[in-house]
Amino acid sequence: MNTLLAITGLGVLCLLLEIANVRKAIIPLTIVGLLGTLGITVADYGKVESHYSNMIVTNDFSVSFSALFVVLGIFLIALSGDFYRDAQTKISDFVSIKLFMLAGAVAMVSFGNLSMFFLGIEVLSISLYILAASQRLNIRSNEAGMKYFLLGSFASGIILFGICLIYGAMGTFDIVEISELTGSAELPDWFFIGIVLLSIGMLFKIAAVPFHFWAPDVYEGSPTLTTALMSTLAKVVAMATFYKLLTGMNANIYYEYEIVIMVISIASMTVGNVMALRQASIKRMLAFSGVSHAGFMLMTLLNIKTSAGTLLYYASAYALAGIAAFAIVLYVTRNKSNEDTYNFNGLGKTRPVLAAVLTAALLSMAGIPVFAGFFAKFALFTSNIQAGYLIVVIAAVINSIISVGYYFKVILAMYTQEPTEDKKPVPFLFYAVGVVAILLNIAIGLYPSAVINLIK
Amino acid sequence: MDVSIVLILLLAGTLVTLFSGKSAGKVALAFGILSLVASIVLLSDYNAGKSINVLATWMENPQIYFALNGDGLSLAMLLLTTSLLPIIIYSTFGSEVKNPSSFYSLILFMGFAMAGTFLAADGFLYYIFWELALIPIYFIALNWGNGDAKERQKAVVKFFIYTFAGSLFMLAGFAYLYTKAGNFLVGNLSNLRLSDQEQFWIFLGFFAAYAIKIPLIPFHTWQAAVYQKAPTAGTMLLSGIMLKMGLYSVLRWQLPIAPYAAKAFMATFLIFGIAGTIYGSIVALRQKDLKKLLAYSSLAHVGLIAAGAYTLTVDGVRGAVLQMISHGFVIVGLFFAAEVIYRRYQTRDISQMGGIRVQAPKFTSMFLILVLASVALPTTFNFVGEFTVLYALSTIDIWFAIIGGLTIILGAYYMLKMFQNVMLGETNAKPFADLTFQEGLTMAVIIGVLFFFGMYPKPINDLITPSIQQILNYTLKS
Repeated sequence: MNTLLAITGLGVLCLLLEIANVRKAIIPLTIVGLLGTLGITVADYGKVESHYSNMIVTNDFSVSFSALFVVLGIFLIALSGDFYRDAQTKISDFVSIKLFMLAGAVAMVSFGNLSMFFLGIEVLSISLYILAASQRLNIRSNEAGMKYFLLGSFASGIILFGICLIYGAMGTFDIVEISELTGSAELPDWFFIGIVLLSIGMLFKIAAVPFHFWAPDVYEGSPTLTTALMSTLAKVVAMATFYKLLTGMNANIYYEYEIVIMVISIASMTVGNVMALRQASIKRMLAFSGVSHAGFMLMTLLNIKTSAGTLLYYASAYALAGIAAFAIVLYVTRNKSNEDTYNFNGLGKTRPVLAAVLTAALLSMAGIPVFAGFFAKFALFTSNIQAGYLIVVIAAVINSIISVGYYFKVILAMYTQEPTEDKKPVPFLFYAVGVVAILLNIAIGLYPSAVINLIK
Repeated sequence: MDVSIVLILLLAGTLVTLFSGKSAGKVALAFGILSLVASIVLLSDYNAGKSINVLATWMENPQIYFALNGDGLSLAMLLLTTSLLPIIIYSTFGSEVKNPSSFYSLILFMGFAMAGTFLAADGFLYYIFWELALIPIYFIALNWGNGDAKERQKAVVKFFIYTFAGSLFMLAGFAYLYTKAGNFLVGNLSNLRLSDQEQFWIFLGFFAAYAIKIPLIPFHTWQAAVYQKAPTAGTMLLSGIMLKMGLYSVLRWQLPIAPYAAKAFMATFLIFGIAGTIYGSIVALRQKDLKKLLAYSSLAHVGLIAAGAYTLTVDGVRGAVLQMISHGFVIVGLFFAAEVIYRRYQTRDISQMGGIRVQAPKFTSMFLILVLASVALPTTFNFVGEFTVLYALSTIDIWFAIIGGLTIILGAYYMLKMFQNVMLGETNAKPFADLTFQEGLTMAVIIGVLFFFGMYPKPINDLITPSIQQILNYTLKS
């Protein structure tokens, strides 16, 4: 609750600072503010509280995920300063939209009521639509924004429809009451239809196959920082929310539903990986790799009662690696018309530190030990073997092998090709964000229980 | 003192070397020698009956230990690693290395990961070291390799994906074992009572990882290209030590955990191994590139070693371990000889060599000794191992020994033919300077080791036999 208030307050403050004409202070102040928010969030750990007649419920799940979102938010806002250097007049808008989006994200993991959930997802989505289209003079950005808006609002509509049906079946929006009702009597059919519609909407948000078609186009067209935001923060938010919805409303998922999730999970991994192999643009490549990671994260739903910690861990590992990778991508593609892999040629010679960070990030996503991505995959495999879904594990293993193919394409370009251009200066914050994110990734890779046991 | 000291030394060496600029090679050599000294001290502690194991909790949930065990087998492999590391580092001193600080630091890091693999007693920790060894060799082969960049990339990436793919099946196997045992300690995993069906799958999952790493045919296709493209130091690391990771793991992890499967499929894997020796020898006969020839000879030797390990007899396993160590030394020596020639002639094409003997008598005699050691001439270390393995094979079925024994004949044929083409014949028009002091020392050390243990293998025998006995007790009891 405090987190939500703090973030919203910070967003408003951002807009006020613009009026007060202290534009330069916006980013440092926001970062400090978010660090404070992180402190407030962590202080709430271990408490279970509900506010406004169960609209907002904070527990270990919501606190842990909120903390992750705030950390990612800090990184993303730190990158904004240089990214929007040509649009200094609008910096307060961009930063405050990101903050409002973060507020939506926090609301999405701490809702106790479906109306609050919908409010959260709309705040998040609308901010994302705006950010996708934020380069007004760039046709690709406009296209991305429009596409995302049209498809995203369909998804929102479907979610809303699902919520209505659930209300019709249960007579309440409160998820605690709903979960009590699901345990007792014969359930009307439209409750299940509602759950299915809700699931479709959420699968769209996390870009799982077959609802992934928007992702590559939108990722490619959007400004790179927005892509970073969508592929890290927005994806893990949607995944955590989906998890919370399913655990919150009906603790016992039916076997048939698990089969569907299993098929979608395998399909996402496979399609995402196979398509990623063929991409020239690193943004599209990361988009498809995100699709496959969504498939991996969906595996947690097969073992839903015990896998909250695993999901948190996977989400942290993936998002931290993603942030580190995007910090380098942002540097390399500054002032470039495209994001093709050849832009990375020779980075290992001109900028060894940045190249090492990107290499580490990609190795983490591929699941090589010491990096958190490895342990995340391992935890997933173990929990799914325990749940008896060996087929998914085998598919996941095969997909991890495929993924090495495209991650290494970038590494090869950095280390074996000759540089095509001279060194450019690196903004300090790009360095800082990349290095800190990858160090955090390695830290939780070396000591996974610090994260994985946060949610019991 | 416990075994973690070696790992700490090598890791510290990695970091120090990375920041030591031009003198990186010397710093790396110093750390290599330090770790060798440390391993010798550990060995004497072990022989004195002191405990050198490490057991600390790393994570509580999931239950993972930082567990390192130094039993005879592990120590033997550790000594192999730490004695080859300084030799490999020293052997590079005659040639120019670009960007030396990264190069030597990667070599030490590779040594760290390999030493960890040999020491780890917790499956999870073991897997981490196992995978970690892949990253430095990938970069060494990629950035310091030779030949066309495109082809090199293809070979190296194929190698990486291949071995990574195999390892992931092993990881899935470990994940399964964890759900059964609740932790990864090798002792507990070996005591699990798995059903035959389960053992079969676990065995297969591990086999995917090991067969690719060793490599056994038909999983060997990455090998020759990578050996050829990697810089000589990288080839030495791969053939001298890294291949032994796979063989060691068979003994340490695969056999005790899945004993039923090991026994039930023994004949199949013996055939895999022996087929590899024959295939490797025949292909080696036809090679025109010196490094590729050595790569295929290596394939033939490890096939026989694997066959020895899968006999599940004390003699077979002991022979395999002896052969692992002796092959490590001899193959490093042979690759170094190839490097010596390359430094002078800038070629690895056998047809462009020949007639070196008159110009370089010292080099010729040392090279000849290495060649003879490699074909297992009595009084060399390799003879001890090869003979023991063949003896063990004959106790299983005499035909295995006869067919396996063919490799000695074939080996003698292709190695001597190679020696003839490379060294003998009419005096080469191109001048060939004899060995420098540094080159001579490198080869002399290797030859010294081969002769010493060839005539007096008892210390190694005594070191490894108890742990082999213990592993076979696990394997054969059920």
